[in-house]
Amino acid sequence: MANQAQAITPDKPDETHKRPRSHELNALLGLVGIALIFEILGWMLQGQSFLFNPQRLSIMILQVAVIGIIAIGVTQVIITGGIDLSSGSVAGATAMVAMSFAQVSTYPRAVYPEWTDLPVIIPLLIGLSCGLFAGLINGLLIAFTRIPPFIATLGMMVTARGVAKWYTKGQPVSFPTDTFASLGQGMTPVIIFLAVAALFHVALKYTVYGKHTYAIGSNEQAARMSGINVERHLVIVYAIAGLLAALAGIVVAARGLTAQAGMGIMYELDAIAMAVIGGVSLSGGRGSIVGTLIGAVIFGVIISGFTFLRLDAYYQEMIKGAIIVAAVVADVYRQRMRASSR
Amino acid sequence: MSTDRKIILKTEGLTKHYGGVHALEDADFELYEGEHVAIVGDNGAGKSTFVRQITGVEQPTRGRILFEGKEVEFHNPVAAREVGIEAVFQNLALADDLDVPSNIFLGREEVYFNLGPFSFLNQRKMYQRSREALEKTGVKIPNLHNSIANMSGGQRQCVAISRAASFASKLILMDEPTAALGVQETTQVENIIRNLKERGIPLILVSHNLRQVFNLVDKIWVFRRGRIAGMLEAGKTDGNEVVSLITGVQSGVHENASYI
Ligand SMILES: Nc1ncnc2c1ncn2[C@@H]1O[C@H](COP(=O)(O)OP(=O)(O)O)[C@@H](O)[C@H]1O
Ligand SMILES: [Mg+2]
Repeated sequence: MANQAQAITPDKPDETHKRPRSHELNALLGLVGIALIFEILGWMLQGQSFLFNPQRLSIMILQVAVIGIIAIGVTQVIITGGIDLSSGSVAGATAMVAMSFAQVSTYPRAVYPEWTDLPVIIPLLIGLSCGLFAGLINGLLIAFTRIPPFIATLGMMVTARGVAKWYTKGQPVSFPTDTFASLGQGMTPVIIFLAVAALFHVALKYTVYGKHTYAIGSNEQAARMSGINVERHLVIVYAIAGLLAALAGIVVAARGLTAQAGMGIMYELDAIAMAVIGGVSLSGGRGSIVGTLIGAVIFGVIISGFTFLRLDAYYQEMIKGAIIVAAVVADVYRQRMRASSR
Repeated sequence: MSTDRKIILKTEGLTKHYGGVHALEDADFELYEGEHVAIVGDNGAGKSTFVRQITGVEQPTRGRILFEGKEVEFHNPVAAREVGIEAVFQNLALADDLDVPSNIFLGREEVYFNLGPFSFLNQRKMYQRSREALEKTGVKIPNLHNSIANMSGGQRQCVAISRAASFASKLILMDEPTAALGVQETTQVENIIRNLKERGIPLILVSHNLRQVFNLVDKIWVFRRGRIAGMLEAGKTDGNEVVSLITGVQSGVHENASYI
C-alpha cells in the first residue's frame, strides 16, 4: 500500500484547478472575428466605425438582453438534452396578463377597471406565476408522460399563443404604471439580464442543481442509477425556463409600454440560436451560461451589423436562419469528432 | 480460515423472468464476510441478471434476498447503496461530459450545507477524495478535471471501480470489469480487487477470464442457462472442472480459448 501510494506522483498543485473551456474560448474568438469583419466592412462601405459607437452598442445590448433572459432558461433545458419551443409564446401570454394588472386608473379602457394603479409587485408576481405554470406543465409532461420535449413544448407554444390572443380578444393592453414601465426603461433590461445570467451561472457551476442538470443531459440512465431524481429535476428545469420566459415578456411589455397578442413570436428560436452559437450542445450535457452570454452578444453583433450595413430586413432573416443551421451543423460535427476520437 | 463466519448475502430461489425468457431460475447463493467469489458462465447464463436483482436495478420475479441475515427488497439502486452495496455494471454508468470527481460523487455530492438542489458543492473535498480513491487503485489520470469522454476505456473503468470501491462498505459487485480492457489496464483493475480483499470488503466478480478468477477469488459459482450449476473452491479445483460445469459437458477437456 505505502509503496504503491508513493509510486503515484501526485498532480502538481497548480494543475488542480485547470479546466478545459474550449467552447467558450471558441465562441469568444468567433465574436472577435465577427466584430472585426463588421468593423472592416464598416470602414469600407460606410466610412465609419462599427464598434466605436456607444449608441449603436447600447441599442444592440438592449436588443440582446430580452431574448438573452429567455436564452438563460433555454440553455439549462438544452443541457438536460431537451428543448423549449414555448418560450416566445409564454413571454407573449405573460406580457398580456401582467400588463392587464399594471394599468393606470386614468386610462378609461383598462382590462380590469377596478384593479388599477396596483403596486408593481402584483403584476410582476402574476406574470411570473403564469410563466412558472406553463413551465411546470412542460416539465410534468416531459418527465412523466415521456413525450419528447420537442412535442410537449410545441403544444405549449400553440396553447400559450392562443391564451395571449384569447385574453383580450386580440386587443393590445397598454398604459402601465410608471413603476411597472421602469422595469423596461433605460438599461434596466440589461441589468436584469446580467443578474439572471450571474445567478444561473453560479447555480449551474457550483450547486448540486447544476451538476445534476449536466449529468441528466450527459447520461440520463447513469443519472438515474446514481440516485438523481430525474423527473423532479426536469420539472424544475422547465419551470425555471418558463419563469424566465415570463420575466422576458414582462420586460418587453414594460419597455414598449404595451403588450400585444403577437409579442415574442420567434423569440424561442433566437434564444436557442444564442445558446447553440455559444457552444451549448443540442445533444445535451455541454454548454454554459458564459457561452450563451457570448452567443447572445454574437447574435446581437450580427443583427446590428446587418442593420448598420443597411442590409434589407428580408436578407437579415434569411441569414439569421442560415446562422442557426450553421451553428447546429458545427455542433453535430463536434459530436462526430468526439465520437470518432474515442 | 475461521469456521463460523457470518453470511453477508444469501439468496433463496431467486428467479427473474423477462416475459417468456427465464433469465434466472431458483438461484440459491451465499457469500461469507470477507469473501471474494467469482460468477462464471457462458453468454446469456444469467450472470448480469443476477447482479441486477441484488443491486436493486430490477426486482426479482420471485425468491428472497437476505442481506446480513435480514430479508431485503431494493426498489432501486440507491436503496442498495444505502445499505452499503455498490456495483460496477457491465455498461458503464458514467456521465461522459462530467469530470472525474463529479462522476465519482454523482448523486451523493459533498456540499457545504444542505439547501436541497441548490446546495453549494464542496468541489475541493470531492477532488481531494477522488484523488485519494484513485491513488489507492494505482491508476494514473493526469487531470481529474478532464471530462470522462476524453479518457481511455481503462481509465473510465477505473473511475467506475474507484467510485464503487470508495463507497462500498459491505459488498461490491463487478460485472465483467475487465472485458474491454488491455493487459496493463486489467492488471490495474486486479490490483484494486486485491486491495478490496485486504480491506476485507466482500466481492462478487463476474468474469470470463478463468486465469483472473483463479488468481483473485476464493470460490467460483458457475451459472448455466439461468441456473446455478455448482460452486467450486478455487483452491480445490482446476480449469477443466470449471469449464465442464460451464458447458455442461462432463467428460472430455474443453480447451476453449475464450474461457482460458
Ligand atoms: N431486459 C431483458 N429483457 C429480456 N431478456 C433479457 C433481458 N436481460 C437479459 N435478458 C435475457 O436473459 C438471459 C440472461 O442474460 P444475462 O443475464 O445478460 O446473461 P450474462 O450476463 O450471463 O451473459 C439472456 O437470454 C438474455 O437475452
Ligand atoms: Mg452479462
